[in-house]
Parts: sequence; C-alpha cells; structure tokens
Amino acid sequence: MTKRQENIAVLESEGLGYLVQALIDKGYEVLGPRIKDGAVTYDQIETVRDLPIGWTDRQEPGSYRLVKSGKKTYFDYAVGPHSWKKYLHPPETRLWEARRDEQGFTVIEPERETAKKALLGVRPCELQALAIQDTVFTGGPYLAPGYQERRSNLFIVAVNCVRPGGTCFCASMKTGPKATSGFDLALTEILESGRHYFVVEVGSASGEELLSDLPTKVADDAEKEAAAKAMERATAKMGRELDTKGIRELLYKCFDDPHWQTVADRCFSCGNCTMVCPTCFCVNVEDGTDLSGQQAERWSRWDSCFTRDFSYIHGGSIRFTVKARYRQWMTHKLAYWLDQFGTLGCVGCGRCITWCPAGIDITEEVRALRDKEQSEKVQSV
Amino acid sequence: MVGKRKPKLAVWKFASCDGCQLCLLDCEDELLAVAGEIEIANFPEASHRVVKGPYDISFVEGSITTPHDAERIHKVRRASKFLVTIGACATAGGIQALRNFADVSEYTSIVYPSPEYIKTLNKSTPIADHVPVDFELRGCPINKYQLVEVLSAFLNGRKPNIPAYSVCMECKMRGIVCVMVARGIPCLGPVTQAGCGALCPSYDRGCYGCFGPKETPNTSALGEAWKRLNVEDRDIVRAFRGVNAYAEPFRKASEAYEK
Repeated sequence: MTKRQENIAVLESEGLGYLVQALIDKGYEVLGPRIKDGAVTYDQIETVRDLPIGWTDRQEPGSYRLVKSGKKTYFDYAVGPHSWKKYLHPPETRLWEARRDEQGFTVIEPERETAKKALLGVRPCELQALAIQDTVFTGGPYLAPGYQERRSNLFIVAVNCVRPGGTCFCASMKTGPKATSGFDLALTEILESGRHYFVVEVGSASGEELLSDLPTKVADDAEKEAAAKAMERATAKMGRELDTKGIRELLYKCFDDPHWQTVADRCFSCGNCTMVCPTCFCVNVEDGTDLSGQQAERWSRWDSCFTRDFSYIHGGSIRFTVKARYRQWMTHKLAYWLDQFGTLGCVGCGRCITWCPAGIDITEEVRALRDKEQSEKVQSV
Repeated sequence: MVGKRKPKLAVWKFASCDGCQLCLLDCEDELLAVAGEIEIANFPEASHRVVKGPYDISFVEGSITTPHDAERIHKVRRASKFLVTIGACATAGGIQALRNFADVSEYTSIVYPSPEYIKTLNKSTPIADHVPVDFELRGCPINKYQLVEVLSAFLNGRKPNIPAYSVCMECKMRGIVCVMVARGIPCLGPVTQAGCGALCPSYDRGCYGCFGPKETPNTSALGEAWKRLNVEDRDIVRAFRGVNAYAEPFRKASEAYEK
C-alpha cells in the first residue's frame, strides 16, 4: 500500500485515449460521461471524443444547464441526472420465470450478467454511494440477486472533483472532493499554464497493472502540489453545506414538527429525488402472467417511498400524506440509515436538489429544522 | 383451462373517438393470444357477429353526453360481470368535457344548423359518475400493453400491475433527462399518472397529462413551478384543460388559475 501511495503517476492529457483503449483491449465495456439531451449522462464510451470535452454545467435547485467552458477539459462537470446504480441496480430486472408443464411448473432462473464493465469518471461521492449499495445489497444474510456478479466485474476509474457543482455538498458529508478508496485508478485533471495532464493514483493491483501499459511518468512535487491545491480549492467552492452534527437526534426530535407540512405543500411526491439518488435502493416486486396463464414472471422494478402504493399494507397506504412520505425519505437518509447500516444514506451529490422539479433542497430543510430547534431551545431557557 | 368456457368480452362505445377500442385491435402480436383466451362476443368495431350477454368482462369507451347514453350505460352495467372503463373519455369525461366549463347550448347553436334536433346533456361525465366501475384504465389513448395486462390479470384472477405514480418515475427509469429541469420546458409529468412510457419527454416535449392526475397530485405547487418558468396563468389553465380537464384535481387547478 505504501508503495502504491508513493507511486503517484502523471498521464499527459493525450494519454487518456490510451487508457480508454487499454480498457477496451482488456475486454471491458467502457461506460462514462456523455452529453445527451442537454445533460451529462452515463453511457458507452468508445473513444475520448465521446467525453464532454469543453462542457461544464450550472446547477441550482430545480435547474440544470450545460454551459460551454471554452476549455479542453474532459471532466469539468459536476454529476448529472444519471448515477452508476443504473448499471449495478438496473431499473428493472426479471428475477425468475415459471412455465406450466405436465408435472406442475418449471422455474427458469434468468441468465446472470457477467460482462466486464469499466466505469470512467466515477466521482468520490459516487464511490461512497457504491460502498453504501454494497452494504445494502450484500452486507446482510440475504444477497440481492445478480448484484454481486455485476459488482465484481467492475474496473473503476475515479475522477476527483476540481469544480463542484452548485448543489454539491460532499465536503459536508466527508465523501469528497477527493477519492480515498474504492477505485482502481483515481485521476485529478489539471489544466494550468497551458499544460493539461492527469495526476493518477493507484488503488488496486489491477489498477497498477493497467497503468503499467500507459505512457506515464512518476509525478514530481510540483505536479502533486497542483493536484493537492486543486482539491483545496474545490473544498472551498462547495455549492452547499449540510451540518451533520447530531443529525439523527435532531430528526428524531423533529418527527412531529409542523415544518414537514410546509415541505409537503411544495413537494409533488413525483419520486424524482429517489430515482436520481445514487443510494436509494427500493424496489417493487411484481408478479405477472401471460394471457394463457402458462407463464408467470417475477420482476423487480425501482420504486419510491414517495408513491402512495409503496407503503400499501393490508387495505391502505400507511403514508397517505405527502408530509409523511417526505419525512420518511429524509429521516431515512439522515437518521434511520445510521441505525440500519451504520452510515448516513446521503453522499452529498446534490442530485435530489437539482433534479427536483419543485427545487426542494435537503440542505435547506435540515437547516430550517435545526434553526427551529435552536430557537425553541433559546426560548425555553 | 381445458374444457372451461372462454370468458365473453364486450366492447362498448359512448362519446369518444374510437381510438381506445382500436388499441385492442392494435395489439397485433398479442391479438391472437387474446382471441385464444376469450370469446370476443360483442365488439362492433371488429366484427358484425354479436353474441348475446351477459358478458364476463366489458370494456367501456367514451363519456356520457346524451340522455340516451345516460340510460344505455345502466343496461351495459347490468349485462357486465366486470366492467373496465378505458381511456380519458370514459374515466374523466374526455376533451368533450370542455363543455362543462361553458354553456353547451351556445356550442350547439354555433355548430349545428338546426340545434333543436340535438339532444345533449350540459356536461360530459365519466362512466363512474353513473354506474359502479370495477377498474379504470387511463390514457388518451390507452396503452395497449396496459390493456393486455388488465386482461391477463382478469383471466388469471390477479390484480393488474398498473402503477398510479407519476410520469417522472417512467422518465427516470428510462434514463430520459428531465425536460423541465434541464430545459425549462413546462411539463405536467409530476402530477400525471404513468402509463405512456414517458412518450412526450422522450421526444423533448413536456407531458400533456393524457393519463390524468396521479395519486395525490400537487397541482397548485406545479402551477407555481410553471410560473417560475414564466408561464402565464391562462396557459396554466389551458394545460390543465386537456383530455382530462374534468378530472377533479385538474379541474380545480384550472379553475384556480382562471380567477
């Protein structure tokens, strides 16, 4: 490990193409950032020209706009509407099917996905999201079908954030802007005084092996310093802040606070926040049949605690009001999650803020609850 | 199911454009399977052959707009063991429910040379306002896969998998980038029920609300969000006054912005 830490390399910007090609040559399907429909989304990458070169974004609650930066950077954007969970925890999966026969019926297991995938441009907050989903899907006695197979065939190229977005708050959640673990390679993109290069850290043996095929050199002090400075600047430029001190106790105390209703008045309960969240994992399990009744299938589909049917239990929904649904979502992320999995369920990526069509901001709602709690404390003294 | 009588299906038309009935004929690949499992007993759009009722399952298309239809729907209900309304007309009154916000006699006097021959009701109303309905399938037109799902569920004695959540859920599951957030296009998706597969957003358009209000739709908050996109009140009224104008949450929203 010490050897690897010392071995910080530098890859000139032209070398990124070799990295993509090396992954393809090793049989990986390379997935990374691509411009689609006015946003940076995740899709298949065939060459570095597919990357969002010269694009950045402006993000606010309920608003996202791509902006031309005029620079030749590859990774100067903040996370978009997609997250890597679409590959590891797909929106819909057939769990099994059954066909009627003379003996009764036969169960047919679906084929498990075994393709090797390389994720290029994984942000530090997203690495934490992957770690959280690992705990959720494989940390207990019951494994989520197919997750382990999809997860174990990954090669992860993380890219540290030198320019956080307007709704980012990873510094508050201690998940970024710099990747510390969970990657094979981690890049910091530097464009300074006309020189464009990547400072590369190795996080695994397969990362080291891949790097050895690339035209790199050992980073000198000035280059290491440039990367460290970029991280300092990024931390100082966070779009938002969320004070996590005593957050579990705060939310438990605020369970009946009238503030939840003021959020519900603005909330559409449309489910967008949960769909874009890289840690939200809830699914609905649906059983279906064909017309003839000869075949049955069981599907797992993304679901959301914002839907009424999500909490349907014997005769009705137990979270019929939107107030109860928003409270459940936020309290799960920032309080129950600690009890359930030992970490917070929020990584500070800001997607739920940007992609909420109503522009509801989780950091503002926590602040509002905290302020109320503080002022009540002062009054009672 | 060997030796068992095939369930009898009837399809009924009220005030409508026939598009939802056509969705059944449009099932193509599934149509033979449908015909294999049920007896299409009364479906004038498909066949002249009419088998007498009662019917195990009836699909009812269209809204109630005339005194004659207001009576006929009771006969249909009596002849049907399981009655499913299909489409925005049958479930919400359809586009013809725009008359509900105006004076219908004024309409008839403009449209018809001899309006005295026209016997019409003041309001276009959904089937459920007149008779008990067992299941409502939304859409303008309905989604044929949802139609087959309702039939499969009925034939196999299970609950159909028809979600009541928002169009946004479908948009996100398909990986479509939100047109409202990324382009500032006004979209009814956050208050509209899924079912179309997020058709319009996938073609860079805002949702038109064809599948009607989703469960617990927050139409007033959506109106406010549209205003932040510089949409004028009269255009908010128009958006809510589409094919589901008379569905209560949309009706109330359009009336609120009309003031």
